[in-house]
Amino acid sequence: MSTERTTGVRIRGVRVIDPFRDVDSLEEDLGIIDGVFVRADDPELMRFPALDGRGLWLVPRIVDMHVHFREPGQTWKETFHTGCRAAAHGGVTGVAPMPNTTPVIDTPEWVEWEIQRGRDIGLVRVFPIGAVTQQSRGEALAELFRMYQKGARAFSDDGRPVTSSALMRSALSYAATFPAAVINHAEDLSLAAGWCNEGALAQQLGLPGTPEAAEAVMVWRDVILAGLTGGRLHEAHVSSIESLNAIRYAKTQNFRVTAEVTPHHLLLSDEALARWRYDPVTKVNPPLRSAATREALLHAVKAGDIDVIASDHAPHHADEKNLSYAEAPYGISGLETLVAGALTALVDPGLMSPMEVMRRLTAGPHRVLGLTYPGVVPGAAADLTLIDPRQRWRVDPAQFYSKGRNTPLAGMTLVGQAVATMVQGRWTMRDGEVLDEGLSNLH
Amino acid sequence: MPRALIEDLVDGALRVKAEGLGAVRSRRQALAGRSVVNCFFEPSTRTKTSFELAGKYLGADVVNFQTRGSSLEKGETLEDTVRTLEALALDVLVIRHAVSGVPERLAQAVTIPVINAGDGFHEHPTQGLLDVLTVYEARGRIDGLHLVIVGDILHSRVARSDLWGFLTLGAYVTLVGPPQLLPSAWHHERLRVTPYLADALKEADAVQVLRIQKERQSLAGLPSWEEYRAQWGITRERAEQLGDHVLIMHPGPQNRGVEIDSEVMMRTASQISRQVTNGVAVRMAALSWVLGGADEH
Ligand SMILES: [Zn+2]
Repeated sequence: MSTERTTGVRIRGVRVIDPFRDVDSLEEDLGIIDGVFVRADDPELMRFPALDGRGLWLVPRIVDMHVHFREPGQTWKETFHTGCRAAAHGGVTGVAPMPNTTPVIDTPEWVEWEIQRGRDIGLVRVFPIGAVTQQSRGEALAELFRMYQKGARAFSDDGRPVTSSALMRSALSYAATFPAAVINHAEDLSLAAGWCNEGALAQQLGLPGTPEAAEAVMVWRDVILAGLTGGRLHEAHVSSIESLNAIRYAKTQNFRVTAEVTPHHLLLSDEALARWRYDPVTKVNPPLRSAATREALLHAVKAGDIDVIASDHAPHHADEKNLSYAEAPYGISGLETLVAGALTALVDPGLMSPMEVMRRLTAGPHRVLGLTYPGVVPGAAADLTLIDPRQRWRVDPAQFYSKGRNTPLAGMTLVGQAVATMVQGRWTMRDGEVLDEGLSNLH
Repeated sequence: MPRALIEDLVDGALRVKAEGLGAVRSRRQALAGRSVVNCFFEPSTRTKTSFELAGKYLGADVVNFQTRGSSLEKGETLEDTVRTLEALALDVLVIRHAVSGVPERLAQAVTIPVINAGDGFHEHPTQGLLDVLTVYEARGRIDGLHLVIVGDILHSRVARSDLWGFLTLGAYVTLVGPPQLLPSAWHHERLRVTPYLADALKEADAVQVLRIQKERQSLAGLPSWEEYRAQWGITRERAEQLGDHVLIMHPGPQNRGVEIDSEVMMRTASQISRQVTNGVAVRMAALSWVLGGADEH
């Protein structure tokens, strides 16, 4: 049988921002045939339609390495399918779902299940994160290596910390042999008694606060253990100035430590409580911090102390967020504002170049997850996002593909928008519409 | 609450008292035919009874709607709760809830007025008003006086309502208590926050002694009640050092021998019972005000 090449597209005049190769080229032409990039002068390209990419950016392989897809077990909040649609809508081509589902993803079988779900849905590449401890109960290590063999790319008990220092030490030193990173949700639970940031506004509203120290004491502990073990440590959703100091220290010591921030911590401070008052749409863990900390986080991303921007996509059902501030669950639905939120926080005010921001959405998470991707070169899988950097749009959660409409960014104007997403050469989103007809068999 | 409104309500309460609490009822039946629903989502005897009496003295029908357990356990959202309350078709809702902000959110969702009867650690506005009234009656002014609030400030809605009320009216306020139970982030030119009681009492014109919530204290890591009393209790010795002109108030119910000694309560018995009377008076003023000046016609 001949292997005739059947699908393809040309993109003309696009600005390719490729952090994998450190290339930022103005007005490039490129082609994609049968799922991979080809040379722009490939003679077969002329058979395929051309797309005018002028004014747009092309960014390869945006990965959100911190999402909660709620399946198995909590499908009223989100399913794998709705989560993947939200990713495509947001311009995301790869996701790393956290394992705090019901049951917890703590066996090789569940890791395989996730990978198969991702392939069946075909909208986005799935890089599973397995639990560090059995059922994430913090008592005994889960089968990290067997999960790794089946495709788990990192380990985390996210939703809660690995409280035992001895277990954290074991996990770091053991996972380092594969090698894989341990992602910690750093939170000293004995200090973290609050529902929002400990500060003037929370105290005035009578909402119990959690100090930044609740996070930072554990980040410092983790950094010390990373030094002790030589393990790969990744700190999830960093939100405190002392945590940044710990991460800087780790980097000066050449420990294998990386860290992420979320767009909501970069865009909002606890002043959001003044607008939203007692609406638990602002209730998120770690909480929205002070304006000074927000500023420090922005500068830490710029300085290179932060390697990754991830959404901590935490969808909830409207009924759950319609409880009192005490009872409502923590979390923000963030996949569909990840890319735009990062651009609005960092590029729009002129703090960082598009290349440096995109690095934290692409090559950054690849490095933490131990993934290799060559960038926009002939033969590489055509996973890409087209971004209109000038589009200004208001966040309207009713337009989300995620089941979770819970976001305090609602009503905010963001600058920059993903206008098309492609995975393995197939459009998964065009002009805000997710295209999941007839997709399958991602490889 | 704006200064003018506080002054209106305190004036209203003074008028009610001048006429005699029961007199209004017999003379005017100001709120006859109106209904007041007491929605207490948290157990309370004093405040609920106070609102009930206030409503009855004004001739209103008072319905008590007491419920326990969280909405989570009942599988009910705030919207569901509001719909239930609206269906009762009443004129004013008086809401007490253990979680800060619930009365505010319910008020946004219903069309009838809502009075906050105490929410979580947030506010207890009618308590703040009655404390203002009590001090005003004793001293003839609020402006320039020094109020000391002693206790678990961080977890006290009474402390917050007193604080904002007295600051708004021009008083100086000192918050004093164990450092881990003091707010860390408030700034105001007439506000002082300190762990040192003796120091705080030096300039006091009035002292508000907060009830210590024993169940919460264990979380805050205080060593013992004796230790609390030793540092922050209004003991007989401390009370004796205060001038006779210094008012000692307590929102009740008291833990004798912890935040306040029995002997001090003897001295202040008249004061504390006056607070109870004043509570009914300010609640009558508040009910009249939210029902649109019904007592003027
Ligand atoms: Zn987390």
